[in-house]
Amino acid sequence: MELATPLSSRTLENLRCGQEVFLTGVVYTARDQAHVRLAAALRRGAKLPFELKGSIIYYCGPTGTPKGKVIGSCGPTTSRRMDALTPLLLSKGVAAMIGKGNRSSEVRRAIKRHKAVYFVACAGCGALISTYVQEASVVAFNNLGPEAVQRLRVERLPLVVAIDSRGKSVYKD
Amino acid sequence: MRSIPSRKITDAVSRLCMQANFELRRDVLRALRRAQAAEKNSRARRMLEAIVTNAAVARRERLAICQDTGLPVVFVELGQDARVAGDLKKAIVKGVEEGYRKGCLRDSIVGDPLKRGRPGFTPPVLHIDIVPGNKITLAVLPKGFGCENKTQLAMFNPTASWRRIKDFIVGAVKAAGPDACPPYVVGVGLGGTAEYACLLAKKALLRKIARPRLQGAGSTRRLEKELLAAINKLGIGPMGLGGATTALAVSIGTYPTHIAGLPVAVSISCHALRSAKATL
Ligand code: SF4
Repeated sequence: MELATPLSSRTLENLRCGQEVFLTGVVYTARDQAHVRLAAALRRGAKLPFELKGSIIYYCGPTGTPKGKVIGSCGPTTSRRMDALTPLLLSKGVAAMIGKGNRSSEVRRAIKRHKAVYFVACAGCGALISTYVQEASVVAFNNLGPEAVQRLRVERLPLVVAIDSRGKSVYKD
Repeated sequence: MRSIPSRKITDAVSRLCMQANFELRRDVLRALRRAQAAEKNSRARRMLEAIVTNAAVARRERLAICQDTGLPVVFVELGQDARVAGDLKKAIVKGVEEGYRKGCLRDSIVGDPLKRGRPGFTPPVLHIDIVPGNKITLAVLPKGFGCENKTQLAMFNPTASWRRIKDFIVGAVKAAGPDACPPYVVGVGLGGTAEYACLLAKKALLRKIARPRLQGAGSTRRLEKELLAAINKLGIGPMGLGGATTALAVSIGTYPTHIAGLPVAVSISCHALRSAKATL
C-alpha cells in the first residue's frame, strides 16, 4: 500500500498491524538527545524546530554524508529508548513514528489513545534505506552531531505497521 | 627484533575500519543466504533478502552497512619479537579517527558516560595481547550498541546444570527479542573471571561462521548446535517479525575457571556483524 504525507486521520486509522506500506513524503529524525530537548522545549513552552502536529518522527542518527550523496547510511535505531518521552510527543500531535523493535505497554496505550501508528523500517539496512532518501537538511540541534534533527524527504520507503491505531502489535510480548 | 613503524599500524587500522563497515563479512553473508534459502516464512525471506541487498549496496557505494558504525573494538596481537617504532596505542586511535572520518562513518562516541557531550570518533576499546612471533595482528570489530545493550553476564554455581546455563543463554536472546536487529550471532563466554567471560564472548564473534557440514565436531561445537536449535525455536525471526531464523550462529569461547564458580557471558551481535583483520 502507498502512503503519502501528511497522513490523514482516516489513513492512520485504516492501517493494520503487520501491513506493509511504502511511505512518500517528509519525516523528521529525532533520537535520544533530540527527544530530551524537544520535551524540555515543550515544558518551557518554547518554539519547536518543526511542527509536531501531524508529523512523522524517525528514530535515526545517520552517518556523515559522503561526497555526492544525499545522506549517508540511515537506518532506524532501537525505539524502546524513546519510550519514556513518546506519550508526551503523541499528546502534542505526532502522527506516526518509525523505528525498530518493540515498545512499552504505555506507548502502546498512548498510540491507541491518540490514534497514531508505529512503523518499523528495515533494521540494520542503513545503506539500502539511504537510497530512498531524496532530500536531507538539518533543522535543529546541529551541535548534537548525528543526533541532530533532520528533515528528510523519502520516496517509497518500505515500512511495516508494527503497532496500529487500535494498539494492536505485530510482536508477541 | 623486527621494527614496525607506527604509521603502518595507523594506516592498517584506518583501512580495517572502513573495510569492516562497508563490506559485510563473507561468512556472515553466506549464513544469511543459507538462512534465506531455508526460511519457509515469506516475510522472513524478504527481510533476509533486504539484508543481503543492503550489504551489496554498502559494498558498491562505500556506504556504512549500518548507520550505527559502532564503538570500534580493536583486538591487537603483538608478537613479542616485534617492536613498534612510535606509540602503539596512539597509532591505533589515530587510525580509527582517520578511517572513520574518511569513510564518513558515524561519530558515536561521547567523552564522558554521564556528562555525554558532543560525540566524536574515538577512543576505541583496545584489547592487547602478547603472542609469540614478530608480527602484529589487528582486528577491528565495530560493535553496534543496539545489540551491545543486550549483553548479559551470570555467575553460576560450579554445580549448575547445563540445562540452567542453556536457559540463561537462550533467555538472553529472548530478552533481546525484536529490538537488536535479528537474526543474531550469539557469542558465549564460559569460564575465566567475570570480565574475562565477557571478553571470551566478544572474541567469539570474531570467529568465522562455519558451513553446517563443517560444524558439529568437538563438544563445544555440539553445544553451539544445541543452543542454535533452541534459539531458532523462539520464533523471533528476521527483524523480529517472525520466522525460523532468530540466530545465524552461536559461537562459544571457553577458558579454565575457579573451583567455586562458572561465569557465563552472552554477547549478542546483530546481523550486521562486522569485523576485519590484518597481519603486519
Ligand atoms: S543493532 Fe546492529 S544492525 Fe541494528 S542498528 Fe545497531 S549496529 Fe545497526
